[in-house]
Amino acid sequence: MAMATATERPAHLKPVSLKTDTAVEMIGVHKWYGEFHVLRDINLKVTRGERIVVCGPSGSGKSTMIRCINRLEEHQQGKIIVDGVELTNDLKRIDEIRRDVGMVFQHFNLFPHLTILENCTLAPIWVRKMPKKDAEEIAMHYLTRVKIPEQAHKYPGQLSGGQQQRVAIARSLCMSPKIMLFDEPTSALDPEMVKEVLDTMVSLAEEGMTMIVVTHEMGFARQVANRVIFMDAGQIVEMNTPDEFFKNPQHERTKLFLSQILH
Amino acid sequence: MAITTEPVAYVRTAPIAEQPPPMMARGWLAWMRENLFSSVGNTILTLIALYIIYLVVPPAIRFFFIDAVWTGSNREACLAANVGREVGACWAYVNAKLSYFVYGSYPWDDRWRVDIVFALGAFGIAWLLWLDAPKRGLGALYFFVIFPIAAFILLRGWPAIGLQRVDTSLWGGILVTLIVSIVGIVVSLPLGVLLALGRRSRLPLIRLACIIFIEVVRGVPLITVLFMANTMLPLFLPGNMSPDRLLRPLVGVALFASAYMAEVVRGGLQAIPKGQYEGAMSLGLGYWRMMRLIILPQALRIVIPGIVNTFIGLFKDTTLVSIVGIFDLIKTVEVTLVDPTWATPVTRLTGYAFAGVFYFICCYGMSRYSLAVERRLAAGQKR
Repeated sequence: MAMATATERPAHLKPVSLKTDTAVEMIGVHKWYGEFHVLRDINLKVTRGERIVVCGPSGSGKSTMIRCINRLEEHQQGKIIVDGVELTNDLKRIDEIRRDVGMVFQHFNLFPHLTILENCTLAPIWVRKMPKKDAEEIAMHYLTRVKIPEQAHKYPGQLSGGQQQRVAIARSLCMSPKIMLFDEPTSALDPEMVKEVLDTMVSLAEEGMTMIVVTHEMGFARQVANRVIFMDAGQIVEMNTPDEFFKNPQHERTKLFLSQILH
Repeated sequence: MAITTEPVAYVRTAPIAEQPPPMMARGWLAWMRENLFSSVGNTILTLIALYIIYLVVPPAIRFFFIDAVWTGSNREACLAANVGREVGACWAYVNAKLSYFVYGSYPWDDRWRVDIVFALGAFGIAWLLWLDAPKRGLGALYFFVIFPIAAFILLRGWPAIGLQRVDTSLWGGILVTLIVSIVGIVVSLPLGVLLALGRRSRLPLIRLACIIFIEVVRGVPLITVLFMANTMLPLFLPGNMSPDRLLRPLVGVALFASAYMAEVVRGGLQAIPKGQYEGAMSLGLGYWRMMRLIILPQALRIVIPGIVNTFIGLFKDTTLVSIVGIFDLIKTVEVTLVDPTWATPVTRLTGYAFAGVFYFICCYGMSRYSLAVERRLAAGQKR
């Protein structure tokens, strides 16, 4: 039903109608690295426009979980449905989902051999088949949005960490994604640069972008999240609205974690 | 118990303005003292090096230039008894045999065809190597498609348009050396890239095939590959099809070089962080686009020295095709050594010196060009 329309939609058209109200659905997802059980029975439904913050100790599987959503990691059991399309081994379908799901990484992963502008126009030109001029226009629009249009012709290596991360966000936005995944976007930044990236993310949230954010920035979680998810040992341990989550954590592990990071 | 007299608190009141760096006033004398005679050990090394230069350079200059014989029509000109002094290089012999060194036994009347091919090739190479040249895409089309066809027609001949057929067994000298090495270089890079990608493929069959090819070809000497190409290639092809005598070592050299190239490129691929793949994949780029636009441009840039190293090795290895009866430059030099017209004690040395200079100029040119490209790419991507 929904899948048929998904495969027929021409790539260059901006995605229009929404097939369902659910952006991402994970049903009983398990994953192993060899013998190690990293994800255990993950069930999560993300509604369109929702902002989810995922936190938890390192090694708890939070990055692995969001990387499963655009198939940078493969799950071995359960179902993941993104934008009405189920993730399977079908490469075409994976590429189609990746087009509509933007991702921002801890280490930016900009392409060092291309200028900032080329970083932003590459995917629209080659994946969306957009004319170069249009792609550049859109890229400049988003670079202006993240407040660094003047850096367009520099190379990533010439920018500060915070600027690079904002470029990475702009690069994702140029594909007009329906969902944005953030994998610890501020963890590799100098303290002075965290704010500029968070501000960009807040303004994105205000525009109604569906966001799943792995982060330890609890201020950000309080400010924009609809739900906070706490993970430990590959499981979702607790989930609640930010207010309740921070004021009134239920699980012992959550209490311990919050006592460690909130002073 | 205060141990410091320094004040604990400090607040800057006035900023320090930017200043130019101090001048480094140094003459050549100071440079020499610093670099050549900075210690007893360095002084001894400098003196030893100077002595070696004294031993080698003046006799070489005397042999190749001062005592050299520049003109003459036969061996008489290069004999010490006739000249009345010690005789160095016999350049007269090279001069007399030059056209054989360049064209081999290519028919006299048709050598203009070779000249045209040289000119067309030089034009194409210049177009491609000059990085700021206009329409480099067209240049690539010219060099990789139009030029080979034109060169083949010109060299091989096409009776229908009045070009007499010239069998490849008559080709020789620098012509053959350049053909073998350029074909080897042009084929080995793309083939090597494909093999390197195949060796890292997730598909076991492709990976296994690439590993077997690379390890087998790399594990046997080039001479073996050439012999096998020479005798076995005709066996693989159906019935009466017998590949050209020059084509066989051409295939052998190209396959041999691509096995080496594959390993060089693989080294570059391994240097690319996983994040680059993930960044590309997360944007929805498929495998081939990701490789072409993101991974290979970075990987190849890293291994330019290795690639050029392989090219240079390949260029010099083309001398081995003489083993299977192809007249490359070295072989043509050797043939002229038995010519009684020019049999003198210095002929052999002169002939090989000429070949050495030719190879050195080509290889050094490649090396310098690659350095310039590296510098330019590094400048384009300031870190």
